[in-house]
Amino acid sequence: MADPQPLGLIAAFGSPERLVAAARAAREAGVGGIDAFTPFPVDELNEVLAIRDNRIAWLGLIGAVFGLVGAYAMQIATNLDYPLNIGGRPLITLQGFALIGFELLVLFSVLFMVIGFFALNRLPRYHHPLFWVDRFEHATRDGFFLYIPAGDTAAVDRAKALLDRLGADSVDEVPR
Amino acid sequence: MADERRLRSEYDRVGEEIVDLPLAFPATRGWWLCFVGALALLALWFVSVAVLFGNGVVVWGNTIPVNWGMAIVNYVWFLGIGHAGTLISALLLIADRHWRNSLNRFAEAMTLCAVVCAGLYPILHLGRPWYFYWIAPYFNSMTIWPQFKSPLTWDFFAVSTYLTVSLLFWYLGILPDLASARDRAKTRGYQLFFGFVSLGWRGQAAAWARWRQAYFLTAAIAVPLVVSVHSEVSLLFAAGPIPGWNSTVFPPYFVLGAAFSGFAVVSMIAIGMRAALPLRDLVTPRHLDMLGLAVLATGLMTAYGYFSEIFDALYSGGQELATLHDRLTGQYAWSYWGAVLLNFVPIQLLWWRSCRRSPIILFAVSTSVAVGMWMERFMLVVTSLYRDWLVSSFGHYTPSFWDWSLFAGMGGVFLVPFLLFVRFLPVISASETKQAQHEEAHDG
Repeated sequence: MADPQPLGLIAAFGSPERLVAAARAAREAGVGGIDAFTPFPVDELNEVLAIRDNRIAWLGLIGAVFGLVGAYAMQIATNLDYPLNIGGRPLITLQGFALIGFELLVLFSVLFMVIGFFALNRLPRYHHPLFWVDRFEHATRDGFFLYIPAGDTAAVDRAKALLDRLGADSVDEVPR
Repeated sequence: MADERRLRSEYDRVGEEIVDLPLAFPATRGWWLCFVGALALLALWFVSVAVLFGNGVVVWGNTIPVNWGMAIVNYVWFLGIGHAGTLISALLLIADRHWRNSLNRFAEAMTLCAVVCAGLYPILHLGRPWYFYWIAPYFNSMTIWPQFKSPLTWDFFAVSTYLTVSLLFWYLGILPDLASARDRAKTRGYQLFFGFVSLGWRGQAAAWARWRQAYFLTAAIAVPLVVSVHSEVSLLFAAGPIPGWNSTVFPPYFVLGAAFSGFAVVSMIAIGMRAALPLRDLVTPRHLDMLGLAVLATGLMTAYGYFSEIFDALYSGGQELATLHDRLTGQYAWSYWGAVLLNFVPIQLLWWRSCRRSPIILFAVSTSVAVGMWMERFMLVVTSLYRDWLVSSFGHYTPSFWDWSLFAGMGGVFLVPFLLFVRFLPVISASETKQAQHEEAHDG
């Protein structure tokens, strides 16, 4: 069923350590566009795959500032729009607005991070070529996978040779 | 190589134990028994709410001066229970404690169910509940805005923020396990269900890196959120001039009391799930030990709050002293002494490791704490209100049948979603347990 021109190759490794070693070797061999799939986060992969993405943290900070400023703006604006005299106390009380300020800081910080998480990961995405590979179901269980893109026949052969050399347990073609 | 195979089968075993639980549920009969009971309670809830909506708050025992009865007692109680789930999960995640992985998922689910129950109470307590959205600031034809300096408005923001953040935190945590369940499912129905809710998660390295950031930062911000939410609940009381409420110790006293009752309920649920489901090598006596310590520690801190309250009254004199006198010797003294006895006497057993590790003793102590903390909230609400400033406005408060039926019905609102969670979703975090195994194998 494999297409003569696969999207790439997906290789399984038995442990995170071997996956990390293989990913490092593939990178050193000059292969571009490699990716890894694991059942739990493996920190070493970030370094090997050069994942330096702090956008979630920035989104969290932006959301926090947005929530805090928005909360104060809302409370000040509505108090000016409809002044309520509560026992002659000042109309604009920054301390009195602090609690809603903090709640909205938290709310928007988390909302920005979670929405950012889904958007940056391109989720939800129900169909993906990797799901054609039967063995890939182990990626959420006990398998550690390395993906190498391979556009043409020569690249497929090169990638296969490389993965064999790296000692992959299995190599599957990812159909287009 | 042998080590690798062992670890790998270990990862698969964890997955089997946790993720296959809903796919091949082992205790179907017991679950149905519980679920039918929970549905009956839920039906009672609907009846109680129908009676309430048909007749108004008059069907409850609330009168002047005690117009905050069971609704507010139970609101504070349920919300307090909820806080322990977030605290256990978030605080221990930040502290990098691996044993958390056996507890956090169902503790967070408990939080969600408890916050829903809590949030319903103030709405039902409104004279015209269908106008509850008036507390939200929106452009309306009356051209008025909520009173933003009122703790009641703060309450709306605090509880809705807390519910949203808890839900997102829980979903972020469960997402990889839902994908695992998708990949393990054998039947079409489960494949479709888990395939749908796991959103196509593939465990990509970059996605995991983002997951770690989002999950960790949400946890870090959820801990102060808990403190702020229950501090705000205490301000519903403390911001007013009522003797017995107007005290600066209230925010920390409430937060600790909330954690105390919540840890007790988490212990009860952990023991119950351990007895009903084959999770004994994931939820071990060590976890019960830790939970027992948490109950003991927060219990002693709550006890400090009691002393501080008494000191406050003695120091203030006047009406405060009169309220203290009412609490210790008045008509509702049973709630004060009941709270003291049930909260602080049985927990002394938890000084002994063997008691903390014994499921039966820990369960009994936790039940006592859950009841004791309910009495504390009853005492706080009622004893401060029933003897108002003027003798002419002294009154009594007796919860009516519909007060109790609604409270029992809330048990259904809590249990129905919780039992569905136990039946159909991975109740323990599989991906984090595997990660902990990996890290421990590395270190060891």
